[in-house]
Amino acid sequence: MAMLENRRKKNLIALSLVAPFVLTFALFFFYPTVKMLELSFTNAPLIGDGDWVGLDNYRRLLSDRLFKTSLINNGYFILLTVIPTTAIALCIALMINRLSGRIQALVMVLFFLPYVLPVSVVTEIWAWMLDFQFGVLQPVISLFTGKPVAVFKNPDWVMPVIAAVTIWWTNGFNVLLFIAGLRNIPVDLYEAAALDGATSRQRFWRVTWPLLWPVTALVLTLQLILQLKIFDQIYLLSAGGPFNSSYVLLMQVYREAFQLNHGGYSSTVATVLFAIIAVVSVLQFQLLRIGGRR
Amino acid sequence: MKSGTRLENGIITAFTLIVGLVWIFPLYWSFLTSVRSEENVVTEPGIVPDEFNLSSYVDALFNTKLLTWYFNSIGTAVIVTVVVLVISMMCAYAISQMQFPGRKLLYLVVLASFMVPAQALVVTQFILMNDLGLINTWAGIILPQLIVPVVIIVYKQFFDAVPKEMREAAVLDGGGEYTILFKVYLPLNWGITTALAIVTFIGVWNSFFWPFLVITSEDMMTIPVGITQVTDAFGIAYARLMAVAMLAALPVVLAYLVFQRRVTEAVMISSGVKG
Repeated sequence: MAMLENRRKKNLIALSLVAPFVLTFALFFFYPTVKMLELSFTNAPLIGDGDWVGLDNYRRLLSDRLFKTSLINNGYFILLTVIPTTAIALCIALMINRLSGRIQALVMVLFFLPYVLPVSVVTEIWAWMLDFQFGVLQPVISLFTGKPVAVFKNPDWVMPVIAAVTIWWTNGFNVLLFIAGLRNIPVDLYEAAALDGATSRQRFWRVTWPLLWPVTALVLTLQLILQLKIFDQIYLLSAGGPFNSSYVLLMQVYREAFQLNHGGYSSTVATVLFAIIAVVSVLQFQLLRIGGRR
Repeated sequence: MKSGTRLENGIITAFTLIVGLVWIFPLYWSFLTSVRSEENVVTEPGIVPDEFNLSSYVDALFNTKLLTWYFNSIGTAVIVTVVVLVISMMCAYAISQMQFPGRKLLYLVVLASFMVPAQALVVTQFILMNDLGLINTWAGIILPQLIVPVVIIVYKQFFDAVPKEMREAAVLDGGGEYTILFKVYLPLNWGITTALAIVTFIGVWNSFFWPFLVITSEDMMTIPVGITQVTDAFGIAYARLMAVAMLAALPVVLAYLVFQRRVTEAVMISSGVKG
């Protein structure tokens, strides 16, 4: 009886420890998730109730050209960022890894610093760098095109430029992960390879690359998920334009809800985005597990 | 991986340094712009510093609501950081050190929520905040940002690694669970706690999408949202715009430079890659 009492008391203490998180989670995370699913089957405005419309919203998605554009643009943005940023980060990490001491610390700061900046600072810096009239990079652009380009108002330029800005901003994070991965490779493996007379190219492809693969896979999948959720930079630099050429899924969620007052339809788009990311995350989890992490 | 000749290493060092300097150039250029006069900025700006004019900074500080936005950003970021650490630490401690019904399920939920994109929830979170009357309030900014599953995951790993003897000794001394957590486990993990605190703070300071949605009144805006208003107010005034940008970035840049190693550590650990 006393033991049972004790057990009960222990459970109560445990409950009190987890309660603050669990309650916050339930109210501000779980409830909105359920509510989003529910709204996606209604024609509700942003504020107020709507009628149950079954799968109508989902059917509408199939014929919604803007939704298709968003999906394509999300895909295009992923193409422009995920593999390039991973490759660039790996190169930079390999270079930094050859340095030592203070100079290494300094170079790491140079590459990582942009990552800590707020997104709106990043976009203001780049809007200025690429300003049509006075941008310091316009002469560089003119070298290739013969004339300045208003990059954020040009349908061909807008996505690649926003992708480049994004890579500049977030690359330091990936560099850091690669550096950590490189440090985990035992030095004696390189020594053994050197004894066997391996060239530096062989050392990279036979030792570094396979042993670094778990980190590479992690960076690739983290980036993939991150770029699916792209919104801030695009909203601030081009607002989805020109002619919807940089319109993405989260932009549609935002517009439908907050500008067109379609809470229901917006939730449908959000649910699809949610599902895509959930699937990718599960695949990531499996991939990294197969990759033999830990 | 020491290989190659001295010359080769010298070339690699120089090359890496140059790439690094090119990488940071936009930040340097923006700073340079911010300390020039508006006329100088658009006439013949060279890439060497030629002027140290702080008038744009004075203008930015006193002719915009920057100080108000600082106050809102610091207030909300500090509160979020403290609350996130405390509730996550408590939850992680219970999961790591105690037996109670639903323990496994709770940890699964934490792991699963790690995969849920918070951005997809903004519409219904906004509706909820509206129902609670929290639009345009600090509480509205703070509440949905309190769920950071990765902090729980990291704390659990660290608590798991604390030797069992420490806990047994504390129990023998008659310490309750709260005492053990805050007097034994927390002090043992100060390092990771500061590291998590700094990255959480930087993350919250920088968050844009949610504060941008939940705040419409200029007086309640945080720094990253507020500075986008300045563009409209100043019109085309590059030196002043860049001064605002520099001031907005200053706190996080300082936090990073001062606590560099902690930031690096936290980034690596919370991604699951040990440095």
